[in-house]
Amino acid sequence: MTNNNYDAIIIGGGHNGLVAAAYLARAGKKVVVLERRHMVGGATITEEIIPGFKFTEFSYVVSLLRPEIIRDLKLPQHGLKILPLPSTFTPMDNGDYIAGWDDHDTTRREIYRHSPKDAEAYDEYGRRMARLAKAIKPILGMLPPDPTSLSPKDLMGLLKLGQFASTLTEKELYGLSKIMTQSAADMLEEWFETDALLGTKSASGIIGTFLGPRSPSTAYVLLHHYMGEIDGAFRAWGFAKGGTGGIAESIASSARAFGAEIRLNATVKQVIVKGGRAVGVALENGDEIYAKAVLSSADPFVTFLKLVDQKYLPDDLTHSIKKFRTRGSSGKVNIALSELPKFTALPDSNVLHRGAVSISPSIDYIERAYDDAKYGRFAKEPYVDMIFPSMIDPDMAPPGKHVMSCFVQYAPYDIEGGWDDTKREAFGEAVISTIERYAPNIRRAIIGKQVLTPLDIESISGITGGNIFHGELLLHQLFFMRPATKWSGFRTPIKGYYLAGSGAHPGGGIMGSPGKFAAELALKDGI
Amino acid sequence: MEKLRYTPFHERTSALCQPQNWRRWAGYFVVGSYELTIDREYWAIRNAAALIDVTPLMKYMIKGKDAANLLHRVTTRDIHKMSVGQVYYTGWCDDEGKLIDDGTVARMDETTFRLTAAEPNIRWLMMNAVGLDVEISEVSDSVASLSLQGPNSRVVLNRVCESDLDGLKYFRLIKNKLGGVEVTISRTGYTGDLGYEIWMDAKDAIKVWDVLMEAGQDYGITPVGILALDMARVEAGLFMLDVDYTSSGHAWIESQKSSPFELGLDWTVALDKPGYFVGRKALEKEKHEGSAWKMVGIEIDWVGMEQLYAEVGLPPQIPGTAIRASMPILVGNVQVGYASTASWSPLLKKYIALAHLQKPYYELGTDVRMEITVEHQRKHAPAKVVKLPFYEPEWKKK
Ligand SMILES: Cc1cc2nc3c(=O)[nH]c(=O)nc-3n(C[C@H](O)[C@H](O)[C@H](O)COP(=O)(O)OP(=O)(O)OC[C@H]3O[C@@H](n4cnc5c(N)ncnc54)[C@H](O)[C@@H]3O)c2cc1C
Repeated sequence: MTNNNYDAIIIGGGHNGLVAAAYLARAGKKVVVLERRHMVGGATITEEIIPGFKFTEFSYVVSLLRPEIIRDLKLPQHGLKILPLPSTFTPMDNGDYIAGWDDHDTTRREIYRHSPKDAEAYDEYGRRMARLAKAIKPILGMLPPDPTSLSPKDLMGLLKLGQFASTLTEKELYGLSKIMTQSAADMLEEWFETDALLGTKSASGIIGTFLGPRSPSTAYVLLHHYMGEIDGAFRAWGFAKGGTGGIAESIASSARAFGAEIRLNATVKQVIVKGGRAVGVALENGDEIYAKAVLSSADPFVTFLKLVDQKYLPDDLTHSIKKFRTRGSSGKVNIALSELPKFTALPDSNVLHRGAVSISPSIDYIERAYDDAKYGRFAKEPYVDMIFPSMIDPDMAPPGKHVMSCFVQYAPYDIEGGWDDTKREAFGEAVISTIERYAPNIRRAIIGKQVLTPLDIESISGITGGNIFHGELLLHQLFFMRPATKWSGFRTPIKGYYLAGSGAHPGGGIMGSPGKFAAELALKDGI
Repeated sequence: MEKLRYTPFHERTSALCQPQNWRRWAGYFVVGSYELTIDREYWAIRNAAALIDVTPLMKYMIKGKDAANLLHRVTTRDIHKMSVGQVYYTGWCDDEGKLIDDGTVARMDETTFRLTAAEPNIRWLMMNAVGLDVEISEVSDSVASLSLQGPNSRVVLNRVCESDLDGLKYFRLIKNKLGGVEVTISRTGYTGDLGYEIWMDAKDAIKVWDVLMEAGQDYGITPVGILALDMARVEAGLFMLDVDYTSSGHAWIESQKSSPFELGLDWTVALDKPGYFVGRKALEKEKHEGSAWKMVGIEIDWVGMEQLYAEVGLPPQIPGTAIRASMPILVGNVQVGYASTASWSPLLKKYIALAHLQKPYYELGTDVRMEITVEHQRKHAPAKVVKLPFYEPEWKKK
């Protein structure tokens, strides 16, 4: 019989919940993870939707996953392998293409082909962004400082940030403050002139946001995604063996090895609060489980508005959470292929299929795609970020066959008239005909596909609004404001109740930091 | 006129070697890396199937009634215990019990063995064969060899071999036909992963290469150079002659020599085997008294190293390949040893090294510091003595 008393309960078996569980179990605590689905992983899952073809269903690439977490939790011993993603390929409307390679000279030559000026700017831009990212990166590795408080601890945090910022020149500091407010387009156009390069670069400024490349504050998002790339030469974007589900599986295996228990099909209905303290949870099936602490890795909306009685929370917090931007704008199309798509721009080579393929011919192209979404429609000609997992990890598809992962923007959660099967099908069709313009054989290569709208993301993964990051990574939703000012430190107004998912600092993406920080804080609080 | 040699695979390997990165190995040219960055080659070893030209290995056939007696006498293993089809890893020593070289011995039949070595050893073998009924011939040039390493190596071989390899155990060898060509295949390698070495007549080399590349296409087969191999072997805790130790035959001074115990090869020294073998007395003595040195693994503490770089405003700057250089290791302010190869491990996300430490600092868990150069300044990064191998997947021996 399972005993229903624990040191800590983790709500949600996404990668952050699993990280939290592993750290707590490693510290000797008795821990249980409660996951509503039949499998762990949340937004990092791999499923064989079509027999023999493994889809990295939602997330597909990884760069932010903290190396200290990989080491602390011994994830390589539990199967984690992050394989290189060596290139980015952007087909252009004139039949040409532009590519970025894992070799500096080759990339420079390639850009030079399009613009000697851009080739030179590329180097300088890379250095500038890396330096800026390095200056602000320490914040990712520490608890968020709260500038409104004057406690010595927070002040130190700010100083620490200040110390790193002091490695910047005045020009760079000025650049940094501009980036905090600029649009990705404005910033990039100061550097580059080649449309397809601009389009491709600007795309990282809009991933997971309900904004276009010309919307202010998207420049910062771009920088945020740069952070994964600067630890020495070793942390560019990669593809996890087995898809991102492989990451969740390795963390789950590590957590179990440390002694954590993971219960599947266990939906938490409510957090039990006694005397202002979280003491346990009630499951949908009526079971009650007790613990000294409850850590929720569900999104902030679920954590604060669904799982706890509002009377325990101050109004300003509930108000902030209601306003937290969690509207999904992205969809996913996963495809099983009988053959690789042949790009007209590159008829005789499969080398670039090992990396990312980006449908982003220009900033205007992406901005127009956003315009559709702004008015409640999915983009007819969307931005698509593709990879071919089977080209990187041959185990993803049967020999000779392939899988393809397409991340798509924009598809608004609140589509006009609501999502239904017809609209989902039409959305999938828009993605395929977009790809078809550059790779005409795609249609005949399709064996089967899975189209995921933001509503599907919400209903499968449980993320409110289907926002891929549990809330957009905009400056006003980050650091000491994530998820709400005064409540950025993982603790909540309810003692013993912690936020441990992507809705907490430092934010979304496969990173593991929110789970780790929350667990460390709970330990510090003496659970 | 004699020149450096190309291996029999050169026609294929040279066409694929993009960076023109050639290395020298025992008088041959071999590919250092095939691609401009070696990441994919490294990962082919760890996640798919890496095809590596290892032809330059020295190879000797030892035949005759006394073949086993000769190897029993020369090497530290108990050769009489070997069954046909078995392969032993072994070192061999001089009279003082200091290592001359290391390699593998394969028992092809009752009276035939194949020995591989890093350096020429025919003279040493012949000197030890005086009075024995044995014939020693060198086949280094006439036998070509390919190493196919990685978790998919078995699937790929099974597609093209006459008899499948499912039953072939770790460190065993079979005769087989690969794409119609006579080969022997041993389940051996230098990566610590699942892997095989394929031995063939040099004239069949291109045929075998082509058959494997074709069969492995859907399984991620990738030609891999020796730079990526160097990283994998460090993860596997495997040392290399002339890099991690000096052959006693080449040493200028005593302290350059190492015994098998000092290199962590205790398990290969069969002191319980009957009769004489070269170095026996000295090895018995060392076993009894304990070794002054030991080769161990050390893990450099990344956070501690990051701190040293952060002091000058830099992120850690270590190359993404194995570094063959001597790096002092300290405890307190006293040097207690040195690292001979260090490598970033892309899989473990750790900076690791093979290190030689003096007694008692070689004990597991000992805190040490390794010298690194940060922006032209000597610094000492915190590190710890850990168990070798650094990485050992469960499928290595399964
Ligand atoms: C389509 C898509 C593409 C993405 N692409 C990338 C990418 O390529 N790279 C990248 O780094 N990031 C990507 N992301 C973002 C990244 O996947 C997420 O930020 C991250 O996985 C979230 O992890 P988490 O553990 O915080 O939360 P989640 O993964 O959302 O986990 C929360 C878990 O809680 C469970 N849960 C919720 N409510 C309850 C309850 N009441 N009771 C029990 N369990 C509950 C859920 O079922 C879920 O398993 C993508 C996300 C999506 C959706």
